[in-house]
Amino acid sequence: MRARFLVPLFIFLVLVGFLWKGLSRDPREVPSPLVGKPAPTFHLPRLDAPEKIFSPSDMRGQVWLLNVWASWCVSCREEHPVLVELAKRRDVPLIGLNYKDQRPAALAWLERFGNPYHLSVSDADGRVGIDYGVYGVPETYVIDRAGIIRMKHIGPVTPEVLDTKILPLVAELSK
Amino acid sequence: MKRVLLSLWLALLLTPLNAKEAVPVAQDPALEARLNRLAKELRCLVCQNESLADSQADLAADLRREIREMMRQGKSDAEITRYLTDRYGDFVLYRPPLKSTTWLLWFGPFLLAGLAIAGFLYFLARRRKSLPDAPLSPEEQARVEALLGQRPEEPRS
Repeated sequence: MRARFLVPLFIFLVLVGFLWKGLSRDPREVPSPLVGKPAPTFHLPRLDAPEKIFSPSDMRGQVWLLNVWASWCVSCREEHPVLVELAKRRDVPLIGLNYKDQRPAALAWLERFGNPYHLSVSDADGRVGIDYGVYGVPETYVIDRAGIIRMKHIGPVTPEVLDTKILPLVAELSK
Repeated sequence: MKRVLLSLWLALLLTPLNAKEAVPVAQDPALEARLNRLAKELRCLVCQNESLADSQADLAADLRREIREMMRQGKSDAEITRYLTDRYGDFVLYRPPLKSTTWLLWFGPFLLAGLAIAGFLYFLARRRKSLPDAPLSPEEQARVEALLGQRPEEPRS
């Protein structure tokens, strides 16, 4: 008989649980169906030397990061120092996908804020971006030796994300 | 006269600026109608409460361009939808597909309504059982009939 009074409490706790889960989710974070699949291939001109073509297959055999950036992107500005720091540590090669940008503007940006990239490629019309499911620049992909996407991070890479998620995964994959 | 010519010329100069999205419609109205129908079912990833048809976001325009191109190549709606879900996941669909992870989404409301109805019926049944079938006293009977505007009848034997 006593247990009957616990029913509203139980319902309340279930509701709190649902709301807690719902409110702590980031609605911008859309799970990518590409994780666990081969990174889409492309052949794009290098930003620094457009006559040279880069393709993800050039990175076969090593773990690498693909970072989608643009000089018009505000959050990229916030992310940039973190990437510059990462580049200094030389833990993992970083390739930039310069998304829907003007080449002079992109080059000026790298000149001004430093260039953390091993190299960048120009995705001027955004087609490769669509292939990678890009929808909120910046985005960062961790790609393993076999060319499989292992992780996607949407939004700026923070030191915390780098230390708790990206670098441990890179270390794990590099074993 | 000069002023009229100048304003006409200005008007001519300005019109293409407003015609950014309108040009393809003139090219192939049937295709645009099909694109619009399909894009209404798809979510814009950038402004997530808008459909791909309504969104002004850059990415939405790019995706419309891709869809347009695939339609010209003769791809079916299912193939185009597949192309998008391969890249952006089921999230791009306003009508999520029925699978093991979404059955609660689809059937949850019916389940809840069913539980509520069952609970209500149970409550009614218990209430009926707990209320004694007390017959009215003669005074109460008289009052009821007075209120109903009827003359008390002679009790039938």
